[in-house]
Amino acid sequence: MSDTDSETQVFRPDDQIGGMSLAYVSTQTIPASHSPVSTSGPIAWMREKMFSSVSDTIVSLISLAVIILVVTSLMSWLVTNSVWTAGSLAECREIDTGGCFAVIVVRFSQFMFGFYPSELYWRPILAFALMFVAAAPLLHDTLPRKMLFFSAAYPLLAYWLLWGGSVWGIALFVGALVLTFVIWQLLKGFNMAIAAIVAGLFLVLWFMFAQGSVTSFIDNTIGFVGLESVESSKFGGFLLTFVIGVTGIVASLPIGIMLALGRKSNLPILKALCVGFIEFIRGVPLITLLFVASTLLNYFLPPGTSFDIILRVLIMVTLFASAYMAEVIRGGLAALPRGQYEAADALGLTYWQATQKIVLPQALKISIPGIVNTFIGLFKDTTLVSIIGLLDPIGIMQPIRSDSNWNGIVWELYLFVGLIFFITCFTMSRYSMYFERKLDTGHRS
Amino acid sequence: MKTKLLTLALGTAALAFSATANAATLDDVKAKDFLQCGVSTGFPGFAFTDDNGDWQGFDPAFCRAVAAAVLGDASKVKFTPTTGKTRFTALASGEIDMLARNTTETFSRDVDLKFTFAPVNYYDGQGFMVRKDLGVDSALGLSSATICIQTGTTTELNLADYFRANNMSYEPVPVETNAEAQEKYLANACDAYTTDASGLSATRSAFENPDDHIVLPEIISKEPLGPLVRQGDDQWADIVKWTILALITAEEVGVTAGNADQMKADSTDPNIQRLLGATEDNYGAMFGLDNDWALRAIKAGGNYGEIFARYLGTETPLGIERGVNALWTDGGLMYAAPIR
Repeated sequence: MSDTDSETQVFRPDDQIGGMSLAYVSTQTIPASHSPVSTSGPIAWMREKMFSSVSDTIVSLISLAVIILVVTSLMSWLVTNSVWTAGSLAECREIDTGGCFAVIVVRFSQFMFGFYPSELYWRPILAFALMFVAAAPLLHDTLPRKMLFFSAAYPLLAYWLLWGGSVWGIALFVGALVLTFVIWQLLKGFNMAIAAIVAGLFLVLWFMFAQGSVTSFIDNTIGFVGLESVESSKFGGFLLTFVIGVTGIVASLPIGIMLALGRKSNLPILKALCVGFIEFIRGVPLITLLFVASTLLNYFLPPGTSFDIILRVLIMVTLFASAYMAEVIRGGLAALPRGQYEAADALGLTYWQATQKIVLPQALKISIPGIVNTFIGLFKDTTLVSIIGLLDPIGIMQPIRSDSNWNGIVWELYLFVGLIFFITCFTMSRYSMYFERKLDTGHRS
Repeated sequence: MKTKLLTLALGTAALAFSATANAATLDDVKAKDFLQCGVSTGFPGFAFTDDNGDWQGFDPAFCRAVAAAVLGDASKVKFTPTTGKTRFTALASGEIDMLARNTTETFSRDVDLKFTFAPVNYYDGQGFMVRKDLGVDSALGLSSATICIQTGTTTELNLADYFRANNMSYEPVPVETNAEAQEKYLANACDAYTTDASGLSATRSAFENPDDHIVLPEIISKEPLGPLVRQGDDQWADIVKWTILALITAEEVGVTAGNADQMKADSTDPNIQRLLGATEDNYGAMFGLDNDWALRAIKAGGNYGEIFARYLGTETPLGIERGVNALWTDGGLMYAAPIR
């Protein structure tokens, strides 16, 4: 039926049919009125759901009383009677009866930065802010692609900002990376495996023997240019959480993808290595790995080796997350219809072309909920480092509570730390849902 | 075969390295120019962070005294927070130079774990805290009481021993941390809370109404706490040992942080002169330090009595009496071997 057809059939009340006025037809529409209060709206809803019988009414009233009681006492503890400026718990108790949040105010910088020198707080703050700039082009495809160069440089920049040190060291590091790449390019035509081994060996040897001494040599001859260095032992609080969490998240995804592909590979040795690694790491609790990092490794390293504890923890956490990530992505790979792989083969694509253009984009999209789940789990697992004596937000509560000024405070500290974790994790989860909707190109049939 | 060789090589390397770790800690400390001292991750009075993020407390004070004696500067200490689980490996592996973490000296720790204990700097013991309205004034009145106790500690074993020896029964309420115990005890989940007496005082001092609670007079275990070092480096062990003894001696002869310089110049007492390096005996040189080692250690944070008063004593919220930790002349156990 066409539009013109329907138009001709519209009946207008004020039309006169056959020249005769139809007086009994209303000339205007009666305005819609609200439905009766008793059948819809909040009152009706309450009547139906909460007060429809005697027993319902009793239960509702009791529940209401409990809710009011809980909310008011919580509000009085959290808001009306809480204390935000005081020098000790005893002072708090003198001032008011509510929560003593003054401890958060007084120790705020310790919760955020641990023992990081206060005059250098701008460095972690800047690194944190730049993290969003670096993440932006990865998270939103509308931004200019050139920003990806900044994202690639960000890990080095963040390392330099947080730990400080000579700018020559960073330059040498970049130089070593470039040189490694050149070696790889030169030898690649000759033999891939040898090229990889030589390039890898060069990089490892450079770090074990040359990096430190060459850096100090340049520092001494040309002069030190850079930021004041800060030791790992000064890191604490949420700074530590974010360093471990973000590094783990960023590094575990590519490693996890490689492991997942390796596990599905046809090359027997590669496959065995990947399966062995994944199963071993998944079979061991994270806390065991952390203990290995903090205590066992010490016995095997010469004393005074500056293989610092945060780096050791970072490696362990990353390996742990990678194994889980690999399994999540393997799930995505397995969910992909067989036809996709065969179609790629039929088009004559090489393994890497097929993986890059057909398999991974689809498999990763399927895996997003699992990937973000692993991210959030990893972020929260960072609190385990408090068990090996690192002072993350949970760990740093202990020395704060031991100060006789604040001894006896429990809930306020946990509440604060919990709140920050909730904000971070909730943001991640919301973003992943947005991302899923955006990528939903409709494969449901 | 190859793996065997690799294991062997790794083992030899580890041995070689650990051997070097045991040699001359003093030289290592002087070379790196700071003392790496293991402390607790937090124990009221003994180790905590102040509002500026600096480690304070009874244990860090002894680390600072050793640093002052060895390096001439009490601020040249880096603190490594250690937990009950990581403390011994941190020391054994050479990650830290000394451990001052309210650690009880026991046979197995000394002999089997291969540590050398410096003299005891705090004699602790396990006690009980109860609410006053319970009407109990002796631990013997705690028969069939519910008792909050931290699991997996020696206190758990001591408690069982004590009640069995006195033919009494009790109902344990297991808790994980001191903070949890505090909450449980205040919520009346247990009649009594048992841990080291110093911990009880700290816990009690944090209560809203400390006077409603009493610490019972019975002490049911011996917990001699003191710093420790790796076994096999006698010179370093001597330095830590005599730094503590010097601080105790200083209290005995009345040398304080404030009057140490003046005493060195004016005092005619040979004990004081030997302690402060005013004589030509050169005691410091005997273990690789100079003559002013004890003077610097005392000036770092005061003598033993001053340190005790600052972090634990009756003037602090903890309000711990000297008790057995008083000098032997006052009826306590602090008795320093003479410096001569």
